[in-house]
Amino acid sequence: MNFNQIKETLINKTVGIAGCGGLGSNCAVALARVGVGKLIIADFDIIEESNLNRQYFFHKQIGSKKVYSLKDNIQLINPKVKVEAYDVKLDSDNIIEIYSDCDVIVEAFDKAEMKHMIIETVSDNLPQTLLVVGLGVAGWGDNNSIHTRQIDNLFICGDEKKETTEDLPPLAPRVGIVANMQANIVLEILLKN
Amino acid sequence: MNITLNNRPIVFEKDILTISEILKLKNFTFKMMVIKVNGKLIKKGQYHLAEVVNGDDVQMIHMISGG
Repeated sequence: MNFNQIKETLINKTVGIAGCGGLGSNCAVALARVGVGKLIIADFDIIEESNLNRQYFFHKQIGSKKVYSLKDNIQLINPKVKVEAYDVKLDSDNIIEIYSDCDVIVEAFDKAEMKHMIIETVSDNLPQTLLVVGLGVAGWGDNNSIHTRQIDNLFICGDEKKETTEDLPPLAPRVGIVANMQANIVLEILLKN
Repeated sequence: MNITLNNRPIVFEKDILTISEILKLKNFTFKMMVIKVNGKLIKKGQYHLAEVVNGDDVQMIHMISGG
C-alpha cells in the first residue's frame, strides 16, 4: 500500500478520541497527519502551563479550551481532516451519543476511574466498537516495558504498571510513545481490510 | 481446576471460585479493575457472585492513572 492508497482508505474513516490531554492530543495529531477523514474529539478542560511538558499545545494557547485548541492545531497540520469538537465532560451517557458512529475509539483520559468508565460503557453499549486504551505512561526511560495487548475488542497500550505520582510525572517522551502506539493500533485496524 | 489468568495458565485446588476469591488468593488489591471472564465483562458488584470454572479465560486489567 503506498501513501496515496493509505490516504484513500483513511479518508472515509472516523476515529473518536475521548480526552484531549497527553494521550489524546498526540494521538489525534498523528492520525491527522496520516489523513484519517474525521476525528471526533471531546474534553472540558483548559490548557495550563503544566500541560505543555507533554500535550500538543503551544504556550500562547494557555487559558484556552483544550478541545478547540486541538482542533485549531489539527487544522494547521492537515486542513482536510474534519474535526468534530465537543466541550463536555464525558460520561457513560454522552460517550454513546458522541462516539457511536466511530470505526475505533481511543481512550485518552488521565484518571483510572474514567478509563474504567469508558471500558465498561463501550463494552455494554457499543460492543462491536474497538477501543484502544492507554495504561501506564508515567516517568521516563524503561522503553521495553511499554507494550500492546488485545483482549477481545479492547486494545491496551502502556506499561500497565506505573501510576502518575508527584515523583513520577507524565512526560512528553513516554506519553508520546503510548499515544503514538495507540494511533499505530488504530491504523492497523483501519487498514486491515 | 486449570484456568488462564491474564494469558498465563494457572492451577487452583478448588473446582469453582468466585472472582472475589481469586482476587484474594492472588493478593490483587487494586482499587480499580476491569475483569472479563471468557470475554464477558464482570462488574464490581458481581465479583462475589461470578463463578470461574475449569477452562475459563480470565482477564484482570489494572486501571492506572496517567495520560
